[in-house]
Amino acid sequence: MATSDSTIESQRERGREALLRTWSDRPGFMGWLTTVDHKRVGRRYIATALVFFVIAGILAMLMRIQLSQPENNFLGPDRYNQMFSMHGSMMMFLFAVPVMEAVAVYIVPLMVGARNISFPRLNAFSYWIYLFGGIMILAAFLLDVGPEAGWTGYVPLSSSDFSAGKRTDFWAQMITFTEVAALCIAVELVATILAMRAPGMTLRRIPLFAWSMLIVSLMVIFAMPAVMLSSSFLISDRLVGTQFYNAGEGGDPLLWQHLFWFFGHPEVYIIFMPALGMISSIVETFSRRPIFGYTAMVLALVATGFLAFGLWVHHMFATGLPPLGNSFYTAASMMIAIPSGVQIFCWIATLWTGKPIITVPLLFVLGFFALFVLGGMTGVMVASVPLDLQVHDTYFVVAHFHYVLIGGAVFPLMGALYFWFPKFTGRMLSEALGRLQFWLFFIGFNVTFFPMHILGLMGMPRRVYTYPSGLGWDLPNMIASLGSWVIAGSVLVFAFNVFYALRAGRPAGDNPWGAPTLEWATLSPPPPYNFEEMPVVRGSEPLWPLDTDLPVMTGLAKDKREALLTTSTDALPATRWAMPDPSIWPLWSALALTVLFVWSIFSPWGVVWGAIPLAVVLTVWFWPKRSEPSLGGGE
Amino acid sequence: MSLRGLRWGLAAAGSALLSACNTVQSALAPVADESRAIVRVWDLMLWICGPMYLLVLLALGYALWRNRGNGHGRASERTLWFGLLGFTVLTAGLLTVLTAQSYVQDRRLHAPVSDPVNVRITAKQWWWQVEYLDADPSKQFTTANELHLPVDRPARIELRSADVIHSLWIPVLNGKEDLIPGHANTITMTPRKVGRYRGQCAEFCGLQHANMALDVRIDDAAGFAAWQAHQRTPAATPTTPSAIAGRNDFTAMACAMCHAIDGTDAGGVVGPNLTHLASRHRLAAGALPLDRGTLETWILDPQRHKPGTNMPAVPLQPQQLSDITDYLMTLN
Repeated sequence: MATSDSTIESQRERGREALLRTWSDRPGFMGWLTTVDHKRVGRRYIATALVFFVIAGILAMLMRIQLSQPENNFLGPDRYNQMFSMHGSMMMFLFAVPVMEAVAVYIVPLMVGARNISFPRLNAFSYWIYLFGGIMILAAFLLDVGPEAGWTGYVPLSSSDFSAGKRTDFWAQMITFTEVAALCIAVELVATILAMRAPGMTLRRIPLFAWSMLIVSLMVIFAMPAVMLSSSFLISDRLVGTQFYNAGEGGDPLLWQHLFWFFGHPEVYIIFMPALGMISSIVETFSRRPIFGYTAMVLALVATGFLAFGLWVHHMFATGLPPLGNSFYTAASMMIAIPSGVQIFCWIATLWTGKPIITVPLLFVLGFFALFVLGGMTGVMVASVPLDLQVHDTYFVVAHFHYVLIGGAVFPLMGALYFWFPKFTGRMLSEALGRLQFWLFFIGFNVTFFPMHILGLMGMPRRVYTYPSGLGWDLPNMIASLGSWVIAGSVLVFAFNVFYALRAGRPAGDNPWGAPTLEWATLSPPPPYNFEEMPVVRGSEPLWPLDTDLPVMTGLAKDKREALLTTSTDALPATRWAMPDPSIWPLWSALALTVLFVWSIFSPWGVVWGAIPLAVVLTVWFWPKRSEPSLGGGE
Repeated sequence: MSLRGLRWGLAAAGSALLSACNTVQSALAPVADESRAIVRVWDLMLWICGPMYLLVLLALGYALWRNRGNGHGRASERTLWFGLLGFTVLTAGLLTVLTAQSYVQDRRLHAPVSDPVNVRITAKQWWWQVEYLDADPSKQFTTANELHLPVDRPARIELRSADVIHSLWIPVLNGKEDLIPGHANTITMTPRKVGRYRGQCAEFCGLQHANMALDVRIDDAAGFAAWQAHQRTPAATPTTPSAIAGRNDFTAMACAMCHAIDGTDAGGVVGPNLTHLASRHRLAAGALPLDRGTLETWILDPQRHKPGTNMPAVPLQPQQLSDITDYLMTLN
């Protein structure tokens, strides 16, 4: 008996070694450049996005210093306008969307029980493009060619007549970079979720985080082309004199707004819906029961995804569109509160009937309830045409969207980082520091942003670099500015917590929270091959009850990079699929594309000549190989 | 305490802040039919959204409180589904009420008006050109950065832009409406209270978006008629030697390239019409109060007071500067 046990064990050990050889990256720096492991790419994606978050946050602090007093001279109008444009652009394009996708790049393949993400090289390419785009816009900003027309870049203000020089061109090209990166990930996630789920993970058993990422990815695929179109029109208006937006030549400045918001409104949900998935994971785990109303939750996510595309005009109520048309968009905008309400109800019902354990991740989710629901209420207010005509483009709206974006997305994200940090690193973050961070963030956030509601109602427009005294704006502005320092303190606590945990954090073990989904069924951090054998799913909470053994399916080769493809609805095993090796070509392709994009800021010939190296590297990348699933990159 | 205590603290701080509320540029201090209609929407919103917010937080708080220790939830799934159904119906019902209220009040903003004062406002970087229209061309006149309207009579304002998108926002009178190149928007407002108010550009329009204010005066009918009659007259003829010299300098130098003064040779249309400059209360679209001292420093170096403004610093001898300022201050 004992001998057969040890035989089995040594057999498994040999299997693990084979898997490790097959799935490991090349050693050293080359391995770092060539990796296609979704976990490494996801980790660096998250870290990069958090760096951009801090930089954009520092810009916000500088703006708050300028606004702390009336007629302050800390920043001039030119600097200030560049800063708020950078702050918005970075937070939206370089932090919020990428960080959500980055968490998904790391977690989703594990959550659905896959060996890797579906298109690993595209994934690596996406990261490089994102990184280069971010570096480009930061460099431009430091060289005083940062964006100056706001993150929304309205024409004609962003046209060459009113924004001479290259500032707006860098901004528009930054959008192109980040949208390419986002589209790549969206495609990978859709394919991963629809085709690579563990056997038995039928549509009804997909974890809600994966559901939300599936819907978000589909939204990205539909929404991003609108902004790529609008920014490409802008670039060609500026560079080669097309007149898409020039009213004097038969174009129309409102075309920009329609295209931009057709993307821009879904964008908000693209940021917010991954957070909904994170909340479901956290609430389920710490309530110790499955989420109540799974079907209703999925339908609510789908409904939000659909409705998000029918709301864009509520950003344009003041542009003079026909009143009856506006009213339809009021109704559509209000309607989106229904699926949101359904989800709020289901989470509260889950907590109500569960045994909630208040850990730091759950604490951030509770903060989400307090902040997001308030932001949702002000969202209902701005959906109403008459009320929006008053508060549109004022600090009321600034308060509203920070409540929904920070309260609705960043708080859950923080919770998710605390929740999955043990999986990312194998170590636990400190609960005590986490609580401190939460309270600093929660209090600082409210002190900063709540007074902005009042400022907006009292007539303060947004995007002003200064304001006169005597309008009752002085005190709320001072309070808001003070609050921003408390938020900065909370970010410092988080940074300290992370660095401390990486050096001396408590080892986590496979499943420190007792969570039910598959990412917790492997080591922390997971090995390069994710799972020793493919897990098989028999319920919607595969790891619950916690002491049962997870059934597995054997048969995938251990000496080749093989993944299992399953059918989209029933997740029946369909075929084995050869996954690609590490490769340097995604990096070269990203560099070639970066050259093309940056060159085309200065000359249309950049597109022509820049296409040649790009074509060469892409040809090499996609050169057809007569390959079986490979023997791996280790050798 | 923490969560709810904080909420209450915030609410208290909020009401303290609101009590310091201004009455010249606040959406909550309405003095016109339109802005009052909007406040009705606001009130209903507060009455519906406030209690709903509390309901959600109380439910959340109770959910956490009831299971403290290791108690186990007891509501059956069936009860919960009924609860979800009820909550959804409640939400949908309240949203329907809000949508209806929003629609009804929006009609008021677009109600047809009779015998309005017709004004055309053209926004430029970064000031407002205000033209009073009349079927009789001799009764038309142009001013800048100051809007006078009679009380108890509707005003119909045509909105134009000469460059980028701006947004006219006078919170005490109505919501905002954009001024867009190539689009002809209008807005109506029916003031009900005499007084002095302030409007401001609400759509980011470039470097000096922050300093693009509009001085708004609601006059009684007689006062408005008198003001109108005065504005229609050409500029006063200067009498003092320095003012005469100032007028000659003004019309002979770069000033007249951009500014018009009716009744003189100065006919530029790029900058504000200065025919009755000295009758206004603010300078450079609200950037400065208007008196002789501020006017002189403004002409000397506009970029210092409003960095980025399109008005250049015209090189002037000290005597010329003083003369021109004297002259402009006679333009009542």
